[in-house]
Amino acid sequence: MGQTLAQKIIAKACGKDHVIPGEVEIANVDLAMIHDSGGPRRVKPILERLGVDVWSSEKIVVVTDHYVPEFNKETKAIQKLTREWVKANNIQSFYDQMGICHVVVPENGHLKPGMFVVGGDSHSPTGGAFGAYMFGVGATEMAGVLATGEIWITVPETIKINWSGKLNEYITAKDMMLYTCGKLGMDGGKYQAVEFSGSTISSLSMQERMTLSNMTAELGGQAGIIAPDQITKNYLNTVGVPEINIEHWRSDDDAYFLESHLFDAGQLVPQVAAPHSPANSIDITASKGTKVNVAYIGACTGAKMSDLRMAASVLKGKELASGVRLLVAPASKKDQQLAKDEGIMKIFEDAGASILPNSCGICAGYGSERLGEDVVCISSTARNFQGRMGALSSGVYLGSPYTVAASAIAGEISDPRNFIETKND
Amino acid sequence: MTELGTVWLFGDDIDTDILAPGKFMSSDMSILSSHCLEAVDASFAKNVQSGDILVAGKNFGVGSSREQAAQALKYLGIKAVIAKSFAGIFYRNAINLGLPVLVGEVSDVVRSGDRARLEVSTGVFELVDKNKSVNCEPLPKFLFDLIESGGLVPHLERRFAEEKNSK
Repeated sequence: MGQTLAQKIIAKACGKDHVIPGEVEIANVDLAMIHDSGGPRRVKPILERLGVDVWSSEKIVVVTDHYVPEFNKETKAIQKLTREWVKANNIQSFYDQMGICHVVVPENGHLKPGMFVVGGDSHSPTGGAFGAYMFGVGATEMAGVLATGEIWITVPETIKINWSGKLNEYITAKDMMLYTCGKLGMDGGKYQAVEFSGSTISSLSMQERMTLSNMTAELGGQAGIIAPDQITKNYLNTVGVPEINIEHWRSDDDAYFLESHLFDAGQLVPQVAAPHSPANSIDITASKGTKVNVAYIGACTGAKMSDLRMAASVLKGKELASGVRLLVAPASKKDQQLAKDEGIMKIFEDAGASILPNSCGICAGYGSERLGEDVVCISSTARNFQGRMGALSSGVYLGSPYTVAASAIAGEISDPRNFIETKND
Repeated sequence: MTELGTVWLFGDDIDTDILAPGKFMSSDMSILSSHCLEAVDASFAKNVQSGDILVAGKNFGVGSSREQAAQALKYLGIKAVIAKSFAGIFYRNAINLGLPVLVGEVSDVVRSGDRARLEVSTGVFELVDKNKSVNCEPLPKFLFDLIESGGLVPHLERRFAEEKNSK
């Protein structure tokens, strides 16, 4: 019996030829990513208690993104501690206020196919877009990794999610994932490995693939992996990763999959998830006309360069509906600069958007900016749990950046395909 | 490892924002834990007693990797969580913090306030006043040992001490 891509990567990390689903193994970690919230402030006391140094100052990447900007005594202290810890431990890769970890780490060439990576954040499956096995862990577990370079893993089964056909205009990876969450539920991934494949996936850009892998978290998978191809190689070239052989990093033809789900991209229409779960996703027709006060383009899921482009293509030359606030928090400084160069930031500003820092922002709900009482928000983010982004009485609808932009203009949840004609004028 | 306490019953999909609200994530555990589960039961943090057992439906702990979700429960005195299923990261975090988490079909047969006994090693859950019991899935040995040693940190402490001694 052949092996799935997930098994192959885990086997390599365990120094074995084969691993068997269900067995507990100890794996060697190729890279550990931590951020300001779950990172230094939480692992430092544990490492001190253990009396050990970090296992490698080269294989740890630190990013500040949750408490950015620092806004009070507590958050200033957290960032001070983060910077001091990075220095004291001689950490070679530190990205301070450069954007959200899930975007900053790959855009700096830290991820490549076949790597076994842990991240101190639940959206760590994003790294699966690059053919890496990457998953999220909590702070104690991360401290264990930093101390030993090892982690226990129950070898997962693989669930295949296959998309075939061509996406229609204004339909995105975000719609694909909302649809999948609606169909399979937030525990549909069963904490196993999810592998995305099929002709639709092959034609997606890297950032769109990142959106798929990212929202494996909402699907309840441990990792959301995509076999590398020429598009992966081209991307890695642009971020300085040396030429790599990707031949081995695909599931064998005779590999066993726990489940296979086949979806038709050509049939997909814009999806919206009603409060308070991504699993509430259904066709946009069900929530069309719902009045919104806030439209949010943000987070690792929904404010990368490709997302900003989508939103801007709808907003160009348009004005916001009266009473609607449009907030845009580009996922990284690099993407914001690219957007500026392409004239996209100007489109947002002309439409009347407020531009927020390159951080997790309202999506994490950790900062000073949160949704007020009874606010209804349409958001390009991944997670709409009650109270996450603000008051318990606020409600968040999830949609693609196109849908968020169209809704900001209309003042109510709107189908972006209604803007196709205007665009073709 | 036997736990005896009062049951707190919750539904499906209790998420990490309900367990550890983001707004209080920069605060101390004493403050953060006082808001644990308040979105679904405002009395929980105030009235929970050391030794109590939390029972829930499916996909408990869904969402973030913040381990404060499990830590807050432990801080408040919860001695074990039994759910129909757990979200993966929460499950790992709980074990690494030494909080027993068992998969079992208990939520349909208990009410909040029931007195219950749980034998963590075997997974046997008993309602002491009702003469009723449910067998939860026992933990795999590796994970049970981790919990029994108090979680990952004490486990690693022992490992590093042994490595030092053998040198």
